[in-house]
Amino acid sequence: MKQLLKNREAQLALVILSLLAMIGAIIPDFLAISNLLGVYTDTSILIILALGQMLVIITRCIDLSIAANVALTGMVVATINSLYPDFPVPVIILIGAGFGTLLGMLNGWLVWKMKIPSIVVTLGTMAIFRGAVFLISKGAWINAHQMSATFLEIPRYVFLGLPILGWCSVIVIAAMYYFTRHRQLGRKIYAAGNSPTAAYYIGVDVGKKQFIAFTISGLLAGIASYLWISRYAVAYVDIANGFEMLVIASCVIGGVSIAGGTGTVIGCVLGALFLGIINNALPVIGISPFWQMAISGSVIILAVIANSRSERKVGRIILRKAVQNAS
Amino acid sequence: MSEVTPIFSLLNISKHFPGVKALDKVQLDLYPGEVTALVGENGAGKSTLVKVMTGIYQPTEGELYLDGKPVNIATPEDAHHNGITAIHQETVLFDELSVMENIFAGHYLQLPSGRLDWKQMEQETIRILSEIEAPLAPKKLLKELSIGQRHMVAIARALSFDARVVILDEPTAALSHREIEEFYAIVYRLQKKGCAILFISHKFDEIYSIADRFTVFRDGCYIGEGKIAEVEEKELVSMMVGRSIDTAFPKTEVDIGDCIIEVKDFCHPTEFDAINFKLHQGEILGFYGLVGAGRTEVMQSLFGVSNNASGQIIVNNKELAIKSPSDAIKAGIVYVPEERQAQGTVLEFPIYQNISLPQLDKLNPKGFLNTATEYSLADKYAKRLKVKAPNWNEKVENLSGGNQQKVVIGKWLATEPKIIILDEPTKGIDIGSKAAVHEFMSELTEQGLAVIMVSSELPEIMGMADRIIVMREGLMVNEFERAQFSAEQLVSAATGMTGELQ
Repeated sequence: MKQLLKNREAQLALVILSLLAMIGAIIPDFLAISNLLGVYTDTSILIILALGQMLVIITRCIDLSIAANVALTGMVVATINSLYPDFPVPVIILIGAGFGTLLGMLNGWLVWKMKIPSIVVTLGTMAIFRGAVFLISKGAWINAHQMSATFLEIPRYVFLGLPILGWCSVIVIAAMYYFTRHRQLGRKIYAAGNSPTAAYYIGVDVGKKQFIAFTISGLLAGIASYLWISRYAVAYVDIANGFEMLVIASCVIGGVSIAGGTGTVIGCVLGALFLGIINNALPVIGISPFWQMAISGSVIILAVIANSRSERKVGRIILRKAVQNAS
Repeated sequence: MSEVTPIFSLLNISKHFPGVKALDKVQLDLYPGEVTALVGENGAGKSTLVKVMTGIYQPTEGELYLDGKPVNIATPEDAHHNGITAIHQETVLFDELSVMENIFAGHYLQLPSGRLDWKQMEQETIRILSEIEAPLAPKKLLKELSIGQRHMVAIARALSFDARVVILDEPTAALSHREIEEFYAIVYRLQKKGCAILFISHKFDEIYSIADRFTVFRDGCYIGEGKIAEVEEKELVSMMVGRSIDTAFPKTEVDIGDCIIEVKDFCHPTEFDAINFKLHQGEILGFYGLVGAGRTEVMQSLFGVSNNASGQIIVNNKELAIKSPSDAIKAGIVYVPEERQAQGTVLEFPIYQNISLPQLDKLNPKGFLNTATEYSLADKYAKRLKVKAPNWNEKVENLSGGNQQKVVIGKWLATEPKIIILDEPTKGIDIGSKAAVHEFMSELTEQGLAVIMVSSELPEIMGMADRIIVMREGLMVNEFERAQFSAEQLVSAATGMTGELQ
């Protein structure tokens, strides 16, 4: 049990549970299963994007363009659907995933081959992607009535009590868990972020690992873009504007170190859920949206403090133990 | 013994680190207007002493006296207040600031209102620079200066503190010949001002040109002192190395086999030139030299870390182009770097993952990780190397330096290499781990591996190597067979001393 409490993910889970308990004390209905599933579904897109961002951050990079990718790919997807309403939706989703992947590869290529710091690259591509949305749409909105019914309905279809949108994030979580824990490529991505020099010395191409992280982040953004457009049933230039900050915040709260090399899928998902719960619950309790921002912000800083402190302590304690056991 | 009282004395200074006695009851006296040379091999404790003098380390025991009065130097600021200042090999200054800002960084002159008094600082800068006859513009940015000029700025900075004790820690290592002459002139002017100067250098010609006195350290102990005029180079060298190279090294006699790698005319535009050597199965080839002689650079180029070297690398009669570490690993060459923490391990990973990391492809051909195979591989090598840890799930960052080193070596051994390059394999690790590493080197040669060992520790390299190549300033200057090893000759070759001993 003590071991469990030292675990970063377990701590965050406890915080989330006590948060739920507090909210439940004020509004018991919030804890109804149907509402919690609703909150989860509502957080699904954030979870998917945060997992992509996590990989990028692990390689010591950052993807500021992730939300702009959602907007651009979303506009492409919505445009295809509005122009050719009979085009099969699964193919549109595949096109979206492929297009998002390409945008991610562009970021990754610039970081890998041009050796430009990722914050600069993605700051640039963020603006480029937003600009491209405007060029495609000429500033016009694509509204629900221009989209086909299937296009809008798929994510809402409830399967075993959870909408497809929610299942999408479940699948992404499972896939990312498998990738980071059980694939050698995943392991190498951690190694490259944790100690680039050591990784280089054992023959890991660090730049290529960054490229792969950006590619996966782009793929997830591509998938998320369809989910976003169909969920909100509208596409326009400013979609998901500023959402990248929420994505990065989820990672940080979930214990993904901005310095790279550490972070787990479970932590990242919990980080996103935490923000999802706050954003869903506070308006219901009647707290002003400005407080919401302040609370999210404080939580980020507290999370970083907690992580750095817990890491320091763990190191010392284990060291003493290791010395005792060894001698 | 001396008629003049020293400005600064250290008495019975010891500094212990966990498992290591870096300094053991050493003493040092610095006299006004005189240059004292501190002489000793790498690892003799010179840098530790400088750190004690400048307040970076606190001595475990012993006293410091300034003008005959006991003084406590708890922080670098204390050292400055007492007029003690050090100039290092790589001068620690700010590239993007001007000469004047560098000189007054941290002790800016202020007007009574608290506003910075740049006018006064500029005048002071000009005054100090003219005192050491260094014609530099106060507003010039540091990054525009040559290394020699940077030294002048560092010295001017020392003078701005009214320094009375100036420590010069291998200041000439990066200077050209002409700059060294200018540097001597500045040292001479400091001397005339009555400063006491501690001069640390490996180069005997320099010591004889500017030092008045010498003090010798060996293995953290005080060996002796005296006047330079009264000592011959030969005596100094034997004081430095003068110890029997004990037989404690677990060197086993192995039949040297076929040539496994040949390096021909290996050159690098800036770091080294004309490197030629052959290495045979079962052989340990030592590379000895001063820090900065280019040994590490040769090894890194051989391993493909930096690929602007030219020349031929022939492994098993096949010429290879090694462009990256993965090429080298494929060719059976592995490299255990000197900077273990930065270059050797992924600290956050558990032991078993560090060991399996270089060959995840081989262990898991389909990309799916098999923790059990990884763990058993790690178990085999970590046990063989006697890594001390509760289990192999322990993160490497929680291990001691010696055990980290064992993990790095274990990681490479698991790849079943043909040639293993060890760069300063026992630097900074405790005696027990050292012995384990040495034993292991012998074991490796028994199994037919070829070992290249870069080491600055004479006893180690003489105890373990079959052959030693000495490098100086990027060139191979000498090669010795085991039967010919002598500490004096190795040191002479590495320091470029005149040929009388060779």
